[in-house]
Formats: sequence, structure tokens, C-alpha cells
Amino acid sequence: MYVAVKGGEKAISAAHAWLDETRRGDTALPELSVAQIEQQMALAVDRVMAEGSCHDRFLAALAIKQAKGDLIEAAFLLRAYRTTLPRFGASLPLETSRMRLRRRISATYKDLPGGQVLGPTFDYTHRLLDFALAAEGREAPATPEAPADLAETPRVTEILAREGLMQREALNEADPGDLTREPLSFPAPRPVRLQNLARGDEGFLLALGYSTQRGYGNAHPFVGEIRVGHIGVEITPPELGFAIDIGDISITECQMVNQFKGSRTEPAQFTRGYGLVFGHGERRAMSMALVDRGLRARELGEEADAPAQQEEFVLYHSDNIEATGFVEHLKLPHYVDFQSELENLRTIRRTAAAEQREAAE
Amino acid sequence: MKTLLEAKALRLNFGAIAALDDVSLDVTAGEVVAIVGESGSGKTTLLRVLAGQMAPDSGAVHYLGRDVLGMTEAERRRLMRSDWGFVHQNPRDGLRMGVSAGGNVGERLMALGARHYGNIRDEAKAWLQRVEIDAGRIDDLPRHFSGGMQQRLQIARTLVTRPKLVFMDEPTGGLDVSVQARLLDLIRALVRELGLSVLIVTHDIAAARLLADRILVMRRGQVVEQGLTDRVLDDPQHPYTQLLVSSVLAA
Amino acid sequence: MTEAGYNFAYLDEATKRMIRRAILKAVAIPGHQIPFGAREMPLPYGWGTGGIQVTASILGPTDVLKVIDQGADDTTNAVSIRRFFTRVAGIATTDATGEASIIQTRHRIPEKPLTENQILVYQVPQPEPLFRLEPHRAETRRLHALADYGLMHVRLYEDIARLGHIAKAYDYPVMVNERYLMSPSPIPAFDNPKMHQMAALQLFGAGREKRIYAVPPYTPVRSLDFEDHPFRPIRAPQACAICGSKTSYLDELVTDDAGGRAFICSDTDYCQERQAAPKAAAE
Repeated sequence: MYVAVKGGEKAISAAHAWLDETRRGDTALPELSVAQIEQQMALAVDRVMAEGSCHDRFLAALAIKQAKGDLIEAAFLLRAYRTTLPRFGASLPLETSRMRLRRRISATYKDLPGGQVLGPTFDYTHRLLDFALAAEGREAPATPEAPADLAETPRVTEILAREGLMQREALNEADPGDLTREPLSFPAPRPVRLQNLARGDEGFLLALGYSTQRGYGNAHPFVGEIRVGHIGVEITPPELGFAIDIGDISITECQMVNQFKGSRTEPAQFTRGYGLVFGHGERRAMSMALVDRGLRARELGEEADAPAQQEEFVLYHSDNIEATGFVEHLKLPHYVDFQSELENLRTIRRTAAAEQREAAE
Repeated sequence: MKTLLEAKALRLNFGAIAALDDVSLDVTAGEVVAIVGESGSGKTTLLRVLAGQMAPDSGAVHYLGRDVLGMTEAERRRLMRSDWGFVHQNPRDGLRMGVSAGGNVGERLMALGARHYGNIRDEAKAWLQRVEIDAGRIDDLPRHFSGGMQQRLQIARTLVTRPKLVFMDEPTGGLDVSVQARLLDLIRALVRELGLSVLIVTHDIAAARLLADRILVMRRGQVVEQGLTDRVLDDPQHPYTQLLVSSVLAA
Repeated sequence: MTEAGYNFAYLDEATKRMIRRAILKAVAIPGHQIPFGAREMPLPYGWGTGGIQVTASILGPTDVLKVIDQGADDTTNAVSIRRFFTRVAGIATTDATGEASIIQTRHRIPEKPLTENQILVYQVPQPEPLFRLEPHRAETRRLHALADYGLMHVRLYEDIARLGHIAKAYDYPVMVNERYLMSPSPIPAFDNPKMHQMAALQLFGAGREKRIYAVPPYTPVRSLDFEDHPFRPIRAPQACAICGSKTSYLDELVTDDAGGRAFICSDTDYCQERQAAPKAAAE
């Protein structure tokens, strides 16, 4: 007689214990510290902050350690933690023209006020594996220093706007919707779309951005400006009635300048694609700007056939935490439904066989 | 005779171009009205405005006294499922290409509450025969049909719930001449048999002569002439109508 | 003992209030999907976060919770969810259907009929019954608003024309209160009749898709069919190898390499009750 097997609880506990063991790995090696991750895997930390929708380097680094380096799993940990945090209010809009810049480049002008500042970048490195890094204790080469130019650096798009060649964004005093509190509904307003893209999966955004360059969408983009650096966050507590600075965050901003758009009633102008992300994330900010522009197709009177222009498709599939949850849920038992399919199939085949027999008679 | 559809003083501009320039018309129950003209005359735009698919800049459209332009989308969709029918120029726009012929014809019946599979199927077969499609093809997909067959299937799908008013947008466009003739004969027979009211847009004068009781001639957004079909085509008053008529090759 | 630092049942009170409002709207319009601001939960999307948020919002300290997956209390995800609520709410849990005030389920309705004092919370992966026929939400919203369900009827017609049978074996579409087309969640079609005029409140939570819907007690729920092809619940024709039931839904187990099969009740508590019953009768 068949005896049903029980023991799901025990199996789960054992599985989690084994997971903890593999996380630590070889105990002869020193344990990785959260501080080391935060410092020496800084770009991983940046990505997790962006997709986790939470600017906290320590928490992101801890999540990466707990997730054994799986960055989507780490972003999930951060998001779940974020859910439990009380919400005090909203900050004032960030004035990115006042960023303390580490890096600022523009592809549209050879030189411009504020100059081209390369910053610490992989650009122009030769991708040759450096085996010297395998040996620890190497001293970092001395980088030459010079006093920083602290003058406020005007935005490239402002230069174009003053000439009337670029649309200025319409000033909107209304509260933007909050994607983390309210479900998406379509058509989605631009602030909500940008929120969705800012925390979307980097690979997905990259692929979609890439597709717009290859003909799926018709943007002709130029990098107007990329800015990387720190910026102060301000809130206005109701008790005080004036704004106070509560700290700095690191951000990357990208403004893409796209082909003219004009109509019989409006003059031809450059149009904008915008990207803004936590941390140093140029790939993400640039891809976001390309996709932002793609999603503006309809409001700019263009054909909206390409995948990067399909609002529902892009916004519903950009969240990698939703995506991985649903894809991986296929591992859960589905045998009850499978049983129904089996019985259904058997019934259909029985009926078909019976009909064939009848027809033969 | 009851007036089904009434349009007054319709105007619509696309930038500087007047697509509709003070157009008025009406359709009474049981009659076929043809709107003819070259491409760019505004006839398709007129059809879309009358069917509530496009808003004019000014003017009014009433169906049995109801304000068509003021309807909500819900009301318009309900009307399109019950009282109205729309035959598209390209049958692919009016059919579900991934659904069998029987499913295409049966859909409107099911949408109105039909719940007996056998009856739905019998009615679908009857309609296929009525539009001269072999009933044995009831389970075939429309993508395996010829253009003429697809168009006949679209007509069956549209007429199965006996709409009062049918809009037709160049129903014979894109078909071979011989196939066109057969389709026109079919449409004429169905119109007589079912007592349909039809508003048909066509650039084909011969089709208008075959089907229509009344004809409107459009040019550059204006109705330049209208009246009983035979009168307009045999004794055209407006120079443009005369041009159109004389350019039709004798049958 | 609840996990220190978390509110009762994990969600903060404002979030619970938001979800309860959505539940009230859902109950007021049986079968209609209500969007809600689903939160990230400590379990992944697709693994029951919707059901968990609904349960967390209606749970009180005196509730007794049962959690099943595939009809069993002991499957890994049911264990995980039950553990979660024990950690964050400290409420009593049970395997016995009759003793639970709230039952959270994935893919089955318990065999034992439920009462007016119970609430059944379903985990829903895909709340939109039309999604395979029309992926755009903007369009399906219109179809529901207009009660325009032609697409679904055509699909069922096509199944019969092609296969002689309706091909849907689970997540079989139902008409609720003769107004809204609803996805019952991926329960086997066999379970659909239990939803009709059920005495318990039925709540449906889809976390990833951010929708809640409900069937209030004693509501008509009708599986779509044709008069001449009526809906027929399908189960494996065998009897349970353990308790002998010929009416409960059975799991098929592969017992050896030679095609050997055993069939046992999917509802483990039901099976256990039946096993205990003859002994009780004999005593």
C-alpha cells in the first residue's frame, strides 16, 4: 500500500542550512566583509540600489553578501526591506545642475562651459585581464590631483533650450504618481514611466535601448550630457516650514538629444530622452534615456510599432523582481493542474478513438 | 419611410485641407446609398465620421434620433454589435484570421447570448452557403481562403445578426474583376432578401449603379451632386459627375 | 512569539487599510478585478504574495490559519507560508479544514464543504481570464466594462470544433453573478462547482499583477459551456489507494519504472479524516 511521504518542513530547514554553508564557502579563507563589498564591488552596490529602489550602500552591500553575489536576489532583499520602512514624506526635486560632479561628458559639443571631465571610467581602458590584480597588496598608482572647478556647470540641454532648439519640459506642479504605492494603469503618465524605468532590469533596458539604435524605433540619439556625482537631498518638514538638507546621494543623469520633431503648427526642435539612476550607472541611465524617448513616440505624433515604443510591453516586463518571481515560480508543484491536463487528454483521445471505431463500422 | 441616419453640415479639416466641407446626407430604412468619388475626395473620411469612428470639427450625426457623435465608446460599441455592421475594404480588418470560418460567423451570435453549439454551427453553415462558401470549409481558417472568399466570409459575419444599417468601405477593392462582379451580385441579393439599409463607399461607378438607390458624388470634401442613381448617372448635371461618368468604360 | 520589529502580520496598518478597501470594493462587485498597490513581500512574486497580502489584511489574533498547496498542508511552499505567518503574527495554525477560520490555498478547493464562518483565500498568478486571447490590459478592461466576452466564447467553440471537447482543464473560466467573467485561479475544473453558492467568502489575491477580486457567500458561479456540451468536472476515475474515496480529486503517483501507478487524494486532510472515520465508527 502506498504511504504518503511527509517531511516538507524538515527538508526546507536542511536546505537553508546547506545554503548558509555554501554562502560561507571554504572556511580557510577570510570571510568577505560588508565594508569590502561596499568599497570594492561599488558598481554592484550601485546596481542593487537602483533596482532595489533604495539608496543605502550598507544595506545593498549586505544584500549582496546574503545573496551570494546574485544581484537580482540582492535587489529583491532590498525591496522587501524597503516595504517595511516608514515613509516620512517626499524630498524636493533634485537640482542636478548643482551636482558635485565627478564626471561630466557631452558628445554634442567638443568643448563647453565646465569642460569634458572624464572621471573614473572604464571608457578607453583596454579590456586585457590584469593578472597583477590576482596578487593582493598592490598599491594603487598615484593619480595626479588638481583643484576642482566649483563653478556651477550649466546643462547642455539648457544651452540648446536658450537657442530655442530644444523643447523645455513643461513645468508640472502636480504630485507625480507613486509606482511603489499604486498599481500601473494605462496610458501611464511620463513620471510613472520614468519611475518604472529607473528601477527596471538593466539588461532589459539595455536590450531595448539597443533595439532603438538598430531600427526598431526611429530616434537618432546623441548624448547631450552625462553627469555622475553627488547631490544633496532636501526635505521641508512641516514643523519647520523651510527646506533642510538631509544628506547626499550619488546619482547618474543622462540627457539624450534626439532628432527634430515638428508639425504644421510647431517648429522643428530636438526632443529629449531622460535617464536618472542611483549610483554610478551610465549604461542604465543611457538605456533608460533611449527607452524613455521610445515611449514618447505616440505623444510626439510618431508611429509606435517597435517593442521599445510599446508602453504595456515595456513597463510590464521591466521589473526583474516580478519577472524572476514568476519565471521561477514554475518550479513550484503544478501536479494538480498537470493531472487535469492528463485526464483531459485521455478523455479526448478516448472520444476520438471511439469515433474512429464508430466510423469504421 | 423612416429616416435611419441623418448627417448635417459636417466639416473636418486636416491642417489646411478640407476633408469634409459642409456635407449633409440621410439614409432611409431599406435604401442603399452610394458615396462615389476619386481617392482623396473625402468619401472614406465621411464614412468613418458617420460610423462614429472619427470626430468632425463641426456638424451632427443622428441615428434614429440618437446623437452618434455624443455617444460614449461603450454605446458606440454596443450599436456596432447589434444595429450596425461594418464591412471593411480589407477583409483581414473585419475577420479574426486565427479563428475558423464557423467561429467568425458564430461570434456575434454568441455575443448576443446564443448557447447551443449545434444551433450556432448550423446557422454558421447556412450563412456560409448563403454567401456561396462551401459549408465543408466551416472549420478552415480564413488565411487559407482566397481574397474573394475572405470578403464573403466578412459579409456573412457582419450580417448574421441582421443589422439594420451596414456601412461598406470599398467592399470590392483589391479583388479581380470577375470576383468583384460575383460579390456585387451577392450583396445585391442579400440586400433585397434582408431589407438592409446600406451606406457604401466606392470609386466604382458600375458597382454604384448595380447596388444603389441613391448616389452622392464627392469631390475635394464636397458633395457636388446627389440624387437617384439612374438620374445622376444617365443625366449628370455637375461637370465633375459628367467627367466621372464618361470615364467609365462601356460594359 | 512574533518576529521583533514587525507589525502584526508584517504589513503596516495603512497598507492593510488600503487592501481592505480593495477587498470591500471587490465584494461589492463580485468577480470584478480591483487594482491595488501590492507591496514587495519577503516571498517572491508568483509564489503567493497576493494571497499573503489578503490573508495578512484580514488576519486577527484569534484566527486559526490553514495553508495548503496542491491540496496538501505539507508541500514546501505551504510550509513556507505557514511559517511566515507564525513568525510575523503568532496565530494558531491547523491542518484540519473544519478548524480553520481562514484557509489560504494554491490550486485546490478543500473537499470538505466550508461554512459561513470561514474565508477561503486563493493565490492567483494571472487574474485576467482573457489574457491569452488579448494581452493588452487597456483592451481587456473595456471588454469587461462592456461585458463583451465574445472572445472567450469563440475560444470554447473552436475547442469543440477542433477536439470535440473544451480543452481547458484548469483555470476554467466562470461567470460570476451572471455579470463578470472571472478566472477562478488554476484550480482544476473539477473544483469549479464548489464555488457556486459557497457559504464561505472567497477572496482572490494576485500580487504580481496587483489585483484583488472576490465572490461573496451564496453567489452564483457558472462555468462557461454550451447547452449541448455541458460542463463536466473531470477526475481520474480511480479510487484513492489510501482511504478509498471515489469522489475526491486524486493525485497520480508514479511508483515504478514499469508503468505502475497509484492514485491518492490530493486533499491530505480529507484523506486523513476518512481514514480515521471507520476507526471512530468501529469504537
